[in-house]
Amino acid sequence: MRYLLTHLDAAWALTVIHLRLSLIPVVLGLLIAVPLGALIQRTTTLRRMTTITASIIFTIPSLALFVVLPLMIPTRILDETNVIVALTLYTTALLVRAVPEALDAVPEPVRDAATAVGYKPLIRMVKVELPLSIPVLIAGLRVVAVTNISMVSVGSVIGIGGLGTWFTEGYQSDKSDQIIAGIIAIFVLAIVIDTLIMFAGRLLTPWTRVSGVSRPNVKAAA
Amino acid sequence: MNFLQQALSYIFTAANWGGPAGLAARIGEHLQYTVVAVLVSALIAVPIGMLIGHTGRGTFLVVTGVNALRALPTLGVLLLGVLLWGLGLVPPTVALMLLGIPPLLAGTYAGIANVDRAVVDAARSMGMTESRVLLRVEVPNALPLILGGLRTATLQIVATATIAAYASLGGLGRYLIDGIKVRQFYLALVGALMVTALALILDAALAFAVWTSVPGTGRLRRMPQPLLGDEVVLESGTLAQATSAARYERGDPSPTVEG
Repeated sequence: MRYLLTHLDAAWALTVIHLRLSLIPVVLGLLIAVPLGALIQRTTTLRRMTTITASIIFTIPSLALFVVLPLMIPTRILDETNVIVALTLYTTALLVRAVPEALDAVPEPVRDAATAVGYKPLIRMVKVELPLSIPVLIAGLRVVAVTNISMVSVGSVIGIGGLGTWFTEGYQSDKSDQIIAGIIAIFVLAIVIDTLIMFAGRLLTPWTRVSGVSRPNVKAAA
Repeated sequence: MNFLQQALSYIFTAANWGGPAGLAARIGEHLQYTVVAVLVSALIAVPIGMLIGHTGRGTFLVVTGVNALRALPTLGVLLLGVLLWGLGLVPPTVALMLLGIPPLLAGTYAGIANVDRAVVDAARSMGMTESRVLLRVEVPNALPLILGGLRTATLQIVATATIAAYASLGGLGRYLIDGIKVRQFYLALVGALMVTALALILDAALAFAVWTSVPGTGRLRRMPQPLLGDEVVLESGTLAQATSAARYERGDPSPTVEG
């Protein structure tokens, strides 16, 4: 704990790197997965292919992907871009499965009502169906953000920056104090980000509080 | 692509498989860490998930517990564990449990809690005791979700067991980390490829387990499955029926999971 308090400046600098590496992929993944998921929802074959591809991507271990990516895209090994691309792939893989499922869950009468009052399919998707799928999306985003923060810290064993460097440094110089400081910093970071996303979700879905509190979606957390 | 060729030729050279630091030994170590961590995670998470799912009490504990465990960095816990307890099976097991418990706990809890209340009430009204309701009715119906949790847990653990090598504990991560340290990237690639293969194999095996565990006539027929083509629905429908007839001789067991 003392280490953390005496190294606040360093902690902040590392936190910025850590956040950059873990959250840019979340944003990029969201930007890719939502349109893609909405597009493939009604197309059976495309949806199946996407689901299968996503599962396979998700199965590739992150450390392995950090190392293999430079072979496929023109980046240097141990470059930050590899981490961002790899984590974007994971984020997209997870969300692209969640989006169609969330859209499936939109009640048919709601869709019909929207059509009846004159919404064209595209506008209906943007204004009715996607907003209704926000709770599921938020659940997915929380998992992805926390997982990414943890994955970036693992990346320090192959020389990727961020708060994980305190683990490798602390281990090499036998300073458990520094490792504990790193654990605390990453834990707090993850909890803060998780809470922020949760509150963002609440702000975006004021209607969920009107009809009573719905049960948290534990299944999506798995 | 040069790295890839080097890596593949390394993997397909028999001499690299034997010995105490060969591929076979590394795979053995890697699997050992994985299996031990998955088992311990399951022993902790499944009973707790069953209890909370059955009683409905402590749901908050599942949600916060799962999030908190996920937020703890595995690498930090592993390295701290090694500094505190020395090398051995304990540090990697504890560290990897952090990854295994959340999906198992969430899966078990969600599986049990989502069993159709009518089925549970029917079981009770037939005079089943609470423990029988849990073990004979709720658990079989929740099995696909529990095994789904096991699948996620195994996948995460086998992928992350790579970091054990950083603390001189061996496993397939040895190749990855050594390869990067000495700038022999084809070696790192060997590690990456082997870990990926191992993860894919384990995942496929568990996916099959989940598929076979679907109770009764199966989710395939009950749930609308727009992602399956008609042929597949037909095929799996008849298949599921056949297996269900064999397993449930007393007839259709109950349209439950995620009902």
